[in-house]
Amino acid sequence: METKKTSLYQLHQDCNAKFVEFAGYQMPIQYSEGIVEEHKFTRNHSGIFDVSHMGQLFIYGGEDLIKDLEKIFPLDLKNLKLNHSKYSFLMDKDAGIHDDLIITKTNEGFLIILNAACKDNDFKILKELLKNKYKMVLDENRSLIAIQGPKSSEILNDVINGVKDLNFMSGNWFTFENQKVYITRSGYTGEDGFEISIANDFVDQLTRELINKGSKLIGLGARDTLRLEAGLCLYGHDLDKDKTPVEANLKWAISKERISKGDFIGSDIIIKQLNNGVTKIRVGIKPEGRIIAREKTKIFNQSDVHIGEITSGTFGPSVNGPVAMGYVENEFSKKNTKIFLEVRGKKHPASICSLPFYKKSYVKGVN
Amino acid sequence: MSEVKYSKEHEWIKLDGDVATIGITKHATEMLGDIVFAELPEKGSNVEKDGTAGVVESTKAASDVYTPVSGEVVDTNQAIVDDPSKINQDPEDSAWFFKLKIKDPSEMDTLMNKDDYDKFAKETSA
Repeated sequence: METKKTSLYQLHQDCNAKFVEFAGYQMPIQYSEGIVEEHKFTRNHSGIFDVSHMGQLFIYGGEDLIKDLEKIFPLDLKNLKLNHSKYSFLMDKDAGIHDDLIITKTNEGFLIILNAACKDNDFKILKELLKNKYKMVLDENRSLIAIQGPKSSEILNDVINGVKDLNFMSGNWFTFENQKVYITRSGYTGEDGFEISIANDFVDQLTRELINKGSKLIGLGARDTLRLEAGLCLYGHDLDKDKTPVEANLKWAISKERISKGDFIGSDIIIKQLNNGVTKIRVGIKPEGRIIAREKTKIFNQSDVHIGEITSGTFGPSVNGPVAMGYVENEFSKKNTKIFLEVRGKKHPASICSLPFYKKSYVKGVN
Repeated sequence: MSEVKYSKEHEWIKLDGDVATIGITKHATEMLGDIVFAELPEKGSNVEKDGTAGVVESTKAASDVYTPVSGEVVDTNQAIVDDPSKINQDPEDSAWFFKLKIKDPSEMDTLMNKDDYDKFAKETSA
């Protein structure tokens, strides 16, 4: 299968991107300044991410659609306000995670942002679960960019007036060059920021205007270090079909109202795990010293017993040290528990820590 | 002092008497990206030609560092362990990795000179 290119491919090239293949797309891993500089620029200023490889699934419908989607997602969609977003997951009957996603209520139905590697499978699953009752469009004609960091609001508002008034995890339609663009105040870096859904033919122009205002393109490399410092999961690494949202320590994203009813796919397992606890759970891990423990690194307790595995690990440029997360047996998941990480045959001391590694306040606003 | 030689694993080596200073090339640092971790061989240990003698890690991945010749490690550069970003800044001079008392000077003959290495680096990264 030929690798696909996003509508920003030419711009990436103009900015000296190094490309990698990711989920069937040619994506920029970094630009000339490198991952550490790109990471810091996002934290201190404003970075633009091309996330057009991600799926933008529009599902059209009203009251019936809400009822049907509540059988799938553990969310209180009935009471979700128009243009408000929630983080959620598509699960199988055993509460294993097919994908994690952001779902937003729009005036015509719902917009769901899906991971690139999962989107086609998600579409198939959802189409079957919804029994073809609703119009579903996995829109390839729209691009998706994120602008993240403290200067993002000011910069984007200069180009598209009014976005600065959006609250965190809410969105709306705006206009750019007479085109309808859907913008949400959200992101995946631990910074204030926005995600912008825009027609493919206009994304290059919009991105260049944002660059002219002082923002910079940031590659997938820095996206990974930013999200890991923010304690956010990456599907296929920290989340997969062998892990449930409770094990992934994401129970905050499950609606209490919906748990009490327990009528969504995977609810039996979720309720059981919430009541009885889990055997393994996702935790933050801070290595002592500078050693970097990457994905698949084995975790041991103080008696040298194998108790888990790292699922994401790298160097955190803002923390200025190594950061990781992984799954350990529940009894070793308490903050400050001493553990050991086996890297290149040697065991290195580390401890369980709370997430995120790096914290900044989002713009919350008043509901 | 002899000329600087280069290995196919992208190390440089400079011989002064029977002590060789070894580091990684600028080309290697450009391929790796930002280096955020470095591990060096222990002083007093013996390393074999083409064997592992350290590790560098970028934000993306870990890579082994090999020694282009055999010998005993007589010195290591703690400065690059404390601040690995120095390797990106000055890879072919102050950010050297380790010094070896070499065992067999003829091993130097198997290595490339600067022109050959530059050609090799260009071909392999194309």
